[in-house]
Amino acid sequence: MELSIKYFGLLAEITNCSEENLSFSGKTVSDLKEHLFQKHPTLKLNDFQIAQDNELVENETEIIGIEIALLPPFAGG
Amino acid sequence: MKTKKPKNIFKEGAISSEFIANSIAHHQVKTQIGAHNIFLGQVRADEIDGKKVASIEYTAHEEMANQKFHEIREAAFEKFDLSCMHIYHSLGKVKAGEICLFVFVSSPRRKEVFPAIKFIVEEIKENVPVFGKEIFEDKSHQWKVNT
Repeated sequence: MELSIKYFGLLAEITNCSEENLSFSGKTVSDLKEHLFQKHPTLKLNDFQIAQDNELVENETEIIGIEIALLPPFAGG
Repeated sequence: MKTKKPKNIFKEGAISSEFIANSIAHHQVKTQIGAHNIFLGQVRADEIDGKKVASIEYTAHEEMANQKFHEIREAAFEKFDLSCMHIYHSLGKVKAGEICLFVFVSSPRRKEVFPAIKFIVEEIKENVPVFGKEIFEDKSHQWKVNT
C-alpha cells in the first residue's frame, strides 16, 4: 500500500525530509518502523511516537491509514 | 458555548498583550460570568551549557493538534461548569519574554476556573503535537522537550 509519511521537528531535521511517499507491504506499526529504520538509520537513536490518520498508535497496531506522522517529544506551551 | 468542529487555535508569532486585553474586554457582555482565569505561557531564556535561549520556533502537526485541542475543550466542558473557554498557541518564532500560549476560561463561579485551567494546560503539554526549536543567541539550536 502507498503511505504518506510526515516527519516533524527534530525528525524532519535528522532525516532531512518532512514528507515522503512510501510503498509498504508490512502489516503493523512495528513493521513500518523497521522499514523506516532501514531507510533513515538515525531515527533509531531518537524517541518518537507514530500517529495514523491523526491518532497515536502502538507497535502492534495494524497499518490501515494513509497518513502516517512521526512525532518527536511534544514541547507545546 | 461548545463548538462542534475543531477550530484553528494557532497564531503566527507571539500572542500580544493587546490581543489578550481585547479578549478580556469581549467578555464584558457575558454577564452570567463571575470568574475568569488566565494562563500565559512565556518563552524563558534558559541557559544551557553557557548559551542563552533567544527564541523558540514552534511547529506542529496542525490538523492533529487542532483535533487534540478540540478533545481537550470537550473534556473540560464535561468536567467543569464553564461558560466559555479559549486557547491560542503560537507557531513560528517567539522571542524570550514573549507569550506563546494563552488559555482563558470563564465560569459563573470561581471554584471551577482554578482546576479547569490546570487541567487544560497539563493536557496541552502532554498530548498536543507541538514542537519547539530553542534557538540560542549564537544561532545554534536544540529541540525542546516538555518535562
